[in-house]
Amino acid sequence: MFAVRIHGRGGQGAVTAAEMLSVAVFDEGRHAQAFPTFGSERTGAPVVAFCRIDDRPIRLREPITDPDAVIVQDPTLLHQVNLFAGLESGGFLLVNTSRRLGDLGLDDLGRRLSPTHAIAVPATEIAREHLGRPLPNAALLGAFAALTEVVSLGAVCEAIRSRFPGAVGEGNARAAEVAHEHVVSSLRRSADA
Amino acid sequence: MAFQEIKLYQTGTFVAGNRLLDPEQRSVQARMGRSNSLTSGHRACRGCGEALGARYVLDAAMRATNGNMVAVNSTGCLEVFSTPYPESSWQLPWLHSLFGNGPAVAAGVAAGLRAQSRDDIRVVGQAGDGGTVDIGFGALSGMFERNDDVLFVCYDNEGYMNTGVQRSGATPPAARTANTKALGPEPGNAFGQGKFVPLIAMAHEIPYVATATVAELHDLEYKVEKAMSFHGARYLHVFVPCPLGWGAASEDTIKLARLAKESGMFPVFEAERGDVTEVSRIRRQVPVEEYLRPQQRYAHLFGDPGRPDIIARLQARADRNIARFGLLPEGDD
Amino acid sequence: MRSQIEGSQAVARAVTLCRPGVIAAYPISPQTHIVESLSDRVRTGELAHCEYLMVESEFGAMSACIGASGAGARSYTATSSQGLLFMAEALFNASGLGLPIVMTLANRAIGAPINIWNDHSDAMSMRDSGWIQLFAESNQEAVDLHIQAFRLAETLSVPVMVCMDGFVLTHAFEQVDLPTQEQVDAFLPPFIPQQSLDPTDPVTIGAMVGPEAFTEVKYLMHAKQMEALDLVPQLADEFDEAFGRRSGGLLKPYRLEDAETVVVALGSVLGTIEEVVDAMRDEGLALGALGITCFRPWPGAEVREALSGAKRVVVVEKAFAVGAGGIVGQNTRDATRGLPVEVYDVVGGLGGRPISRASVRALLDEVLGGQLDPHRLHFLDLDLDRVQREMERSRHGERPGPHAEHMLRDLGAVASGTNE
Repeated sequence: MFAVRIHGRGGQGAVTAAEMLSVAVFDEGRHAQAFPTFGSERTGAPVVAFCRIDDRPIRLREPITDPDAVIVQDPTLLHQVNLFAGLESGGFLLVNTSRRLGDLGLDDLGRRLSPTHAIAVPATEIAREHLGRPLPNAALLGAFAALTEVVSLGAVCEAIRSRFPGAVGEGNARAAEVAHEHVVSSLRRSADA
Repeated sequence: MAFQEIKLYQTGTFVAGNRLLDPEQRSVQARMGRSNSLTSGHRACRGCGEALGARYVLDAAMRATNGNMVAVNSTGCLEVFSTPYPESSWQLPWLHSLFGNGPAVAAGVAAGLRAQSRDDIRVVGQAGDGGTVDIGFGALSGMFERNDDVLFVCYDNEGYMNTGVQRSGATPPAARTANTKALGPEPGNAFGQGKFVPLIAMAHEIPYVATATVAELHDLEYKVEKAMSFHGARYLHVFVPCPLGWGAASEDTIKLARLAKESGMFPVFEAERGDVTEVSRIRRQVPVEEYLRPQQRYAHLFGDPGRPDIIARLQARADRNIARFGLLPEGDD
Repeated sequence: MRSQIEGSQAVARAVTLCRPGVIAAYPISPQTHIVESLSDRVRTGELAHCEYLMVESEFGAMSACIGASGAGARSYTATSSQGLLFMAEALFNASGLGLPIVMTLANRAIGAPINIWNDHSDAMSMRDSGWIQLFAESNQEAVDLHIQAFRLAETLSVPVMVCMDGFVLTHAFEQVDLPTQEQVDAFLPPFIPQQSLDPTDPVTIGAMVGPEAFTEVKYLMHAKQMEALDLVPQLADEFDEAFGRRSGGLLKPYRLEDAETVVVALGSVLGTIEEVVDAMRDEGLALGALGITCFRPWPGAEVREALSGAKRVVVVEKAFAVGAGGIVGQNTRDATRGLPVEVYDVVGGLGGRPISRASVRALLDEVLGGQLDPHRLHFLDLDLDRVQREMERSRHGERPGPHAEHMLRDLGAVASGTNE
């Protein structure tokens, strides 16, 4: 079982991200369960969404306390919410920021997880460029696919397109592709370094 | 309504009997072929205004719909006295659910019939004032705002009679009920409270709203038939004296209804989509005192010294109705 | 056809396939996605010949269903928590009148204090209403139970509520196999009402019944509901044959064969419990689980049979009777009376507090270690410190005030007043 926890703020599409991820996983013939924590729904409030991925049907019904991957959609949540609870070495970390992990004080964590498992991606900027709006969720899914290889970029883009029709879907899929490429090149650079 | 000139006999009343009218002009109740939707054998009190009103309303509705209708009834006197298990005096399809949900159940029946492509079958909902203006009010307003295809009829005897004559939102000021007794400095029901639902119905701008009394039974039948010619939400508010609850003689029911109208205490009118279209004018205005005297529920206003001040306030209410609805013929204010 | 969709959407599709004639809709979290989806489906024509009534309250919703069902239309509504209570009078009315209404109950806690998250207090509050109560373990089962529910309701003329955990199931995206219209039509024929409002054959529905006949009428209601104990398993078998999977039925036994300790529960928490059972079995411990799918009528004989081999039964329930104790626990105790089995009453998951594997495991370790008193109601994951602090406050003559506010202040969630 692979457990993903997505942290964001209301209005950034964290819940949608988890849902689209589950659809992408399903389209590849595996099982997925996506659900949010359900707080009072206000834009800007911290939101957590979960996605479990497995080859067998998923029976468990509890929030993910031991994530294999954490996606941080909004770095302003750092130092406000315990984003990394339960994230052990071997786990993955994906942070939406145009800065480096070190600038956010996450070098130690990054080292603990391993350089190929922790990465920063400027998803908001990518989204602004390809979508015209600062909604980073789709881009982050593309990055996630590259980082963890738990789901393919193709499946992610398909899931995005079926969720958002027309130009919006295309823009989001493009953002996912660009973010995917960003991660692939970063990882290649670290490997070469 | 068509007019026919007739010659009255000197009987001492102004009532024209059906036999003086052309057959087509006679009331539904006068016809052999009437449905008898509420047939005899029910357990209403003698002189019950509601039983009289319901009989007229439902048979008129049955005639207007060719017998193709369903009745929904809220809990209350009418429901209780008409269905003493294992008997029933209803000769039409009839559903009673709860006290507060008559309008909602009626809306559901209408929807259910429409879903089965049977909206040729019409729906009439009915309740007393309690089930309409108080506990059923939320459901009533919902039915109005959705414009559900239901005629809802309120039989207003100004109190919760079935449970022992308690005050409702339709109880007039100063009236004695079991929980607004003639005790203390302000005997009877309070002034400054209560609601007149026909105006509230009009505020919903539904296709048809009308008030009527059991003193003018032709007019009542006419309004029912007219209501059934519309589709959408319709409301009919019928004034029905209750001899037991009001402390009146059982033979005075129709007279009291007439006096309520002729004093201005109960305005009789029609409205469509929020605007008054017809007013039934007072023929021979009487002071409210004449209306109040035969009712024990106002007995504390009379005698020595009585409460002429309260009677004056009630007169002022009647005068306000007269002015507001234009109840007197032109030039007669 | 399999798809990855939200539980609410799956249920809306299932209800659509059942061809309801009237849907009465009043929104309440967490059922809203269901009624919204149904509105869309009516508007697009996917759900044809259906009247969608946006009523003024839940009381209006159930009342409209009563009218519609009385008029011969297949009727449906959905609600949760406070909404269920608001229609309480109408629930009893519907079952008393024998109207086969089907309702989705998206289980949510009942206030005060107001709480929008999942537990079973709503369903439990109406367990005596005369409605059949079925509990879904997953969104797949929620879909399947709705289809079975209409058949069940219309065969017996008893209303049925399908319970599914609010948010946990309604808002979860998971794989669901949705049947085709042909499959559902074959399983669920058009509604033939046992009584209906028909001008060509008038009947009086809803008459008063006095002391001379009321007892008999209620006895017959009881007897009719008990028939469901036979019909529910039959329908599950029929469903299995028609749709190719096991769904519904009275009980869901899990590894009971030689189980010495059995956990009893309702709804989605069974998934988590099954995971714990598997883990403990791997360690050689004889654990099992028993899911109760049909809670009303209560399958007492079947529960007794299923638990007859166990030494310990741990009932984990998401509601309780304030001032009295467990509810499912009490029913389970009744069912196992006389058997050499110890029944433990555990309340958990109240107001949406998740029941985790870790908590269940710790609970079972305590039970196996003989550390849990079977004669007391046990609250899972209770913060004893916080509770004791609060009780101390009251003892020291402080204005008792709202416990909730005090505790939230301790939690730091309420920035108000001075620190006491």
